Amino acid sequence: MAEFEKANSIGEWFDQRLNTSGFWRVMMTEYWIPKNINFLWAMGALLAMLFTLLLVTGIFLLMYYKPDVNMAFDSVNYTIMQEVAYGWIFRNIHGVGASVVFLVIYIHMFTGIYYGSYKKGREMIWLSGMLLFVLFSAEGFSGYMLPWGQMSYWAAYVITEIFGGIPFIGDELVIWIRGNFYVADATLTRFFMLHVLLIPLAILGAIVFHFYTLRFPHVNNEEGEFFDYKEESEKYLAGNQKESKVIAFWPDFLSKDFMVISIFMIFFFYLVFYHNAFAMDPVNFDKADGLKTPAHIYPEWYFLWSYEVLRGFFFDIAGISGKSLGLIAFGFAQIIFVLLPWLDKSPMVKPANQRPVFKYWFWILMADLFVLTIFGKLPPTGINAWVGFYASISFIVLFLALPYLTKLEAKMVGGK
Amino acid sequence: MFSLIVGLVVAVVLLVVNIVLLKISFVPKELRILTIISIMVGYVYWGFEPFAHHEMHPHVAEASYEFDGKGDIEALEAQAKEIEAKGGDRSALDTEIAQTKEFWSNVVAISELSGNVETGSELVVANCTACHSIESEGFPKLMEDTDAAAAYGVTPPDLSLAGRIYDKNYLAAFIINPVKAMHIEHKYPVTGSKVFPMPGSDWMSNQEIADMVAYLQEVASKVDAPTVADGASDFEIAKAKNKEVFEAACVRCHSMEYAGIDAKTSAEAMREYIGATPPDLSQHIRSRGADYLHNFINDPQRKLPGTGMPRVGLTLEAEKQVVDYMEQIGDSKKQEREALGPIVLIYLTILAVFALLWKKQIWKKLH
Amino acid sequence: MINESRRGFMGKAFGAVAAVGAVGSLVAMKRSWDPLPSVMAAGFTTVDMSKLEENKLEIVKWQGKPIFLLKFAADMPAVEKRSVKVGEHYYSVMIGLCTHLGCIPAYSSANKQFKCACHGGEFNAAGIHTFGPPPRPLDIPPFAIKDENTIVLGESSPEYEALIASLSTDNNIA
Ligand code: HEM
Ligand code: FES
Repeated sequence: MAEFEKANSIGEWFDQRLNTSGFWRVMMTEYWIPKNINFLWAMGALLAMLFTLLLVTGIFLLMYYKPDVNMAFDSVNYTIMQEVAYGWIFRNIHGVGASVVFLVIYIHMFTGIYYGSYKKGREMIWLSGMLLFVLFSAEGFSGYMLPWGQMSYWAAYVITEIFGGIPFIGDELVIWIRGNFYVADATLTRFFMLHVLLIPLAILGAIVFHFYTLRFPHVNNEEGEFFDYKEESEKYLAGNQKESKVIAFWPDFLSKDFMVISIFMIFFFYLVFYHNAFAMDPVNFDKADGLKTPAHIYPEWYFLWSYEVLRGFFFDIAGISGKSLGLIAFGFAQIIFVLLPWLDKSPMVKPANQRPVFKYWFWILMADLFVLTIFGKLPPTGINAWVGFYASISFIVLFLALPYLTKLEAKMVGGK
Repeated sequence: MFSLIVGLVVAVVLLVVNIVLLKISFVPKELRILTIISIMVGYVYWGFEPFAHHEMHPHVAEASYEFDGKGDIEALEAQAKEIEAKGGDRSALDTEIAQTKEFWSNVVAISELSGNVETGSELVVANCTACHSIESEGFPKLMEDTDAAAAYGVTPPDLSLAGRIYDKNYLAAFIINPVKAMHIEHKYPVTGSKVFPMPGSDWMSNQEIADMVAYLQEVASKVDAPTVADGASDFEIAKAKNKEVFEAACVRCHSMEYAGIDAKTSAEAMREYIGATPPDLSQHIRSRGADYLHNFINDPQRKLPGTGMPRVGLTLEAEKQVVDYMEQIGDSKKQEREALGPIVLIYLTILAVFALLWKKQIWKKLH
Repeated sequence: MINESRRGFMGKAFGAVAAVGAVGSLVAMKRSWDPLPSVMAAGFTTVDMSKLEENKLEIVKWQGKPIFLLKFAADMPAVEKRSVKVGEHYYSVMIGLCTHLGCIPAYSSANKQFKCACHGGEFNAAGIHTFGPPPRPLDIPPFAIKDENTIVLGESSPEYEALIASLSTDNNIA
């Protein structure tokens, strides 16, 4: 070890030992981001912010929450909501945050799809992002069970029941997941564990990994342009910032992120204080009752589209039961986004509106997802069931057709 | 169905607008993107919230506090029409409609008489205090609540506040025929073997009924406001008053755990009495909301046909107090929330302005 | 660091405003650790004194602490500034934690004294230390006499104030 000189400041003392300035440079001031981006590229930082809010408020809820079927409901709705000083605000932030985080995840995800940010070297970004989506879904589902209201109970019941459709092992699997023949105390305590420990840990890890995957391919930009980062960053460091195509992560990129986050927080806290029923379903303020199914059962809004794909197949086709078809379609919907980088055969990295075929595909997919989401909440009777069926079929067809459509696009573009 | 089609058309139009917006270049680009996203988010929100609610919770007739039987008659007539349309026989319903019309026109006639408090007092003592207490007037309970529930099927209410919290017409209708006034004919059919614990007094003259109602109103007007601790806030005083009404109107059957209130009739006795256990009301302000509660309490059968809960006949004023109380217990931090909300939002607006200025300063060097 | 200074004035201003928000949230976080209203309300224990037997120690729990209630027999003289008169009888009402290091002394009816097992401290029936390391008599909890049979622990009263006031002016009680 080289000899250390006496440090002149605390900063220097740490710098000698931890190379903090080097770390700062690599992670912050010389981490290069393209300049040609819009506020949609702030969604990632916004997600990190929302996750932090969820984590902190979750810790405070944890101090009074009781994971026991006899106590859970009152520990939330009485102790936390009426007794604990500011308990209500922690719960409202947590509840609204859990819902809004999915809104931002979807915006983030569809930004990626729109600009083709999953392609050509960015596959790992996409995969780690999808991993985060799966983890957040599990986190949302397990958390929804905890207040032990009617929706908690019946959502848990219906969703765990889905696993019963898996051939051969289904029935045992359902019991294994629940730890009982029905959704019971054991189910609550194990989902509690998942919600407050295992999944958050996994999410933290996955977020770090997701950030790491961004490092080498760099984030995409509005035009899908590829350029030489070395050259551009040298321009920047030489003081030629106006001409350089890159900006520094700190403070350039983050100053914009903070701005977007601050503005978004106004909207977010408006929801927290004045408009939280969409995230905290009224039905869930009835205590869980295993002998009384609510008149309408539906998942939280962000699961509605895939729930509708599950429900869409309500009759048997070619001797396969509707239930199995629904399950297969549901399974398809869960994994198909993961495969997007390989389903899209067109080498073009461009925003959708500049892609002759993909642009139609993208907007039709959006419309289909809207239809699925909206009908996912409605009672599946009469015409609703048929709309659900056709929307589910369209969803599947859209993805099956994507490789052919994008090959066609590649030819069209190549031929120009 | 109509709103469904409208919704779909709007969706398509919005999508077209989206694509057109993308091409309009005089609007700053980021603003265009924001508009597009806002339209899409707003549309999905409309779909899974207001629209879905509208589809799942069909509208029912507005609450009415007139208690003149109009609603009852209209409902019966609608039922008769439906039967007729299906080619059924509406004669049984026609008799019922005629009876109901007569019953309520009689009630309205009573409400126009002026009652004599003295005679009313004698009549009430002779006819009611064998079962009902009127504690404010010194008629005590004759049995413990549990014994009373065992004897009558449900704990009979104390009548001290009856003249204030129940509508005048409703009281008259109730004295004549409780089952009809409460809309629980389905639980106690005229031909059935189950008999409602309180006998109707249809043998009394209209004047006598008016006298009794006048007496009950007089009694209620003399009841003192509930006592509160010295220096209690306006909020606490209002809460105590609301609680008094809630206890008189609801607590014979319902508990309110979060206020430490137990139903006066046990769950088992209630099951005997109406065939169901009335829910604890601690969180109903959240699970049902004030609008639903008003509409439901006003006439439970309208919102939930077949429910065991009777129409209690609260005046609008008393019903407001009941719902307010449910809010003061079930959403006790509402005041705090509404006080803190503006502060947080103003703070965040200031924060956002500073964030914007900082970003502008940084980005000036970049563009 | 040159980049650091580039944050400039607006950056600092933004940071300052953000810090205000952070402090605000810390206040809410701190408050959420406070004891709940129900805990504060449970800080009162009502005791029915008519159930007590002479010269037999009764222990009730108040705010999680053992409270010694001892009804004096006819042959036990009341101790000025220590004994509490409720109805016709005198009582000791004391926090049952040794004033040395907080063990719970045991009462012997035969000797009419408390003995602390931890380091051998002793107190008489009025709770005054008579032997060993305890530095002062057993503490007296706030109490209020409601009627001839009932006292409420946790609520202050003129009787309690008087006891405490006289104690603090008189250190040589033993
Ligand atoms: C809560 C979870 C997530 C966090 C905290 C997060 C965070 C971030 C951050 C900070 C960035 C860089 C800045 C930006 O482009 O916004 C980013 C980029 C990206 N993320 Fe995520 N993300 C999350 C979830 C997801 C999900 C669910 C997906 C989709 C499957 C995803 C896909 C992407 C992609 C494709 C990029 C690159 C964007 C580009 O190159 O333009 N992320 N993420
Ligand atoms: S603790 Fe009692 S003598 Fe030491």
